[in-house]
Amino acid sequence: MTTQQPVIEISAVQKVYVMGSNKVFALRGVDLTVERGEMIAVMGASGSGKSTLMNILGCLDVPTVGSYSLDGIRVDGMSRNALADLRNAKLGFVFQGFNLLARTSAIDNVELPLLYDRSGQKRDTRKLAAESLDRVGLGDRLDHQPSELSGGQQQRVAIARALVTQPTLLLADEPTGNLDSRTTVEMMALFQELNDQGITIVLVTHEPDVAQYAKRIVDVRDGRIIRDHPVVDRRCAADDLRDLDAARGSGDAAPSDSLVEAA
Amino acid sequence: MKQSTLMKIATTSILKNKLRTLLTMLGIVIGVGAVIVMVAIGNGAQSQIKQQIGGLGTNLIVVMPGASQQGGANRGAGSYSRLTVDDAKLLKQNGTLFSLVSPVVNTRSQVINGQLNWQTTIYGVSTDYPDIRNWTTSSGSFFGDDDVAASRKVAVLGQTVASNLFPNSNPIGAQVRIGSEPFTVVGVMEAKGQNAGGQDQDDAVLVPYTTAQTRLSGFVRIPQILVSTDSADQMTAAQEEVSSIMRDAHRLNGGPDDFTVRNQTEIADAMSSTTKVMSGLLAAIASISLVVGGIGIMNIMLVSVTERTREIGIRMAIGARGSDVLTQFLVEAIVMSLLGGVIGLGVGFGGAALLGHFTGWATSTPMSAVAIAVGFSGAVGMFFGYYPARKAASLNPIQALRYE
Repeated sequence: MTTQQPVIEISAVQKVYVMGSNKVFALRGVDLTVERGEMIAVMGASGSGKSTLMNILGCLDVPTVGSYSLDGIRVDGMSRNALADLRNAKLGFVFQGFNLLARTSAIDNVELPLLYDRSGQKRDTRKLAAESLDRVGLGDRLDHQPSELSGGQQQRVAIARALVTQPTLLLADEPTGNLDSRTTVEMMALFQELNDQGITIVLVTHEPDVAQYAKRIVDVRDGRIIRDHPVVDRRCAADDLRDLDAARGSGDAAPSDSLVEAA
Repeated sequence: MKQSTLMKIATTSILKNKLRTLLTMLGIVIGVGAVIVMVAIGNGAQSQIKQQIGGLGTNLIVVMPGASQQGGANRGAGSYSRLTVDDAKLLKQNGTLFSLVSPVVNTRSQVINGQLNWQTTIYGVSTDYPDIRNWTTSSGSFFGDDDVAASRKVAVLGQTVASNLFPNSNPIGAQVRIGSEPFTVVGVMEAKGQNAGGQDQDDAVLVPYTTAQTRLSGFVRIPQILVSTDSADQMTAAQEEVSSIMRDAHRLNGGPDDFTVRNQTEIADAMSSTTKVMSGLLAAIASISLVVGGIGIMNIMLVSVTERTREIGIRMAIGARGSDVLTQFLVEAIVMSLLGGVIGLGVGFGGAALLGHFTGWATSTPMSAVAIAVGFSGAVGMFFGYYPARKAASLNPIQALRYE
């Protein structure tokens, strides 16, 4: 790629939790570099340390030992407020449980990160939120509340919320964990499409199928990266969707097609 | 973060939980309402008492005989009168801070009109008396200085006397007998009602003091001289002037005063300070409910922080600082309690009006009470909202996001 500095650069990161007299080593020295435009899947069983890694990558937590640079900015040792501002400016989060504000319309949910922006630039937050929702194919659902949307649609609102600040990095923590298999493929198609548009994506998952849509897989076990390899046989979610529709024998337009055309 | 966005976030959050907001506000509504009603009652009572005392006469100074001593035994105030009509005349002539002076000679007597008769108090007074007592005639006119000078047998009736002796006819110009002396009725005073002691002030007949002295009581000594100062501010100075004129007139040369001088403001002050204590007490009791309302807000806010842990986690994950979350929750608490305060004002005013209507109590609420009630409810929101807000702000985003 270009000579730009990597989006993520962590080296020799350790995370130790002290519980009473016990020390729990969640991460025991992790090195990882993610370049701009990559789409990587972090895989590991529960207790492997992948959640801790995710929290550190997401600037929700800081490493005990080691250094972390996000987009060239040193994160380790930052204050709570500085971390909050960095999350707002550089990161987009997508969670397993969608984590939308209940009883709050889709557009209000998407607008939220812009309200916490401290850069001081004047923007039409309403318009940006609407555009972001349009980008994930929900341009016609602006005023729907989460309870009126399906799981897949809720997750798209969450993705729209993550994208609205034009983050450097999109962090997705088990984004398909609560979705059925077809919606999972739809979601991966959206992620692949966004990645094709140049957005750097880090997926945390324990499903090997989902990881196959990424460009690179990082396996975590016992607080260490045990394998870091490119995906050999990368799957294309858009193709898979087409196959799914064909297999069902219904040639009619799948609702998912619209999102591929989007943006 | 902009102030307006903050307000928007807080108010939408309040509106999202209408029932909870309403229940939370209820405590403040009742608290502020109670304070307003109690202050209204206390204040109303105070102004009613002031009005009653004002009815006794404006800026009134009363000169009464002093105590007399006989063989070492002090016989108490008023036991021996050395006040004379001359004292009253001297006061009238020499007074600079007051212009209205009237001696008062009183005696009880039977008043007779044909078949009807009525026992009442006859007051011998000067022409200044109506002005001093702030009392005017409702029909006819008061007697004049020439009537006083000539000791004419003219009388002005109080309403109670007039209605008892002249139930169906016009008393003006009629003849009545006071004791055995015939008097001509020249006027009727307007109704004045009871005084603060519960006495019927309309049960009286007013005649020139000269006439009263010569025809009715026969005493040269008089029991009372009423003086009215020109303005309420000069009360103390006027009282001092009255004393010094009296001392000269009685040639006391530094000896103990043989008279006492009192004014109505002393009585008024005593009465209003009593009601002030009462209304203060009522307001203090009512403000306890305001504090209880504040604790209600804290309670709900604490529950709400727990209930909304996930929301707080989301907000923090997408870039809210701890201070943003703190301000949001604090603004929510303040807006709720201010809103409750404003509604409480309405409830308080309505309650005071209803109470006044059904009990007949005088109620009035000073604007300062309104300002204090609203300000206090805002302060209650801030005070009791701070702890829950700080709790919300100090949550760990990772744990808050995982909170089920």
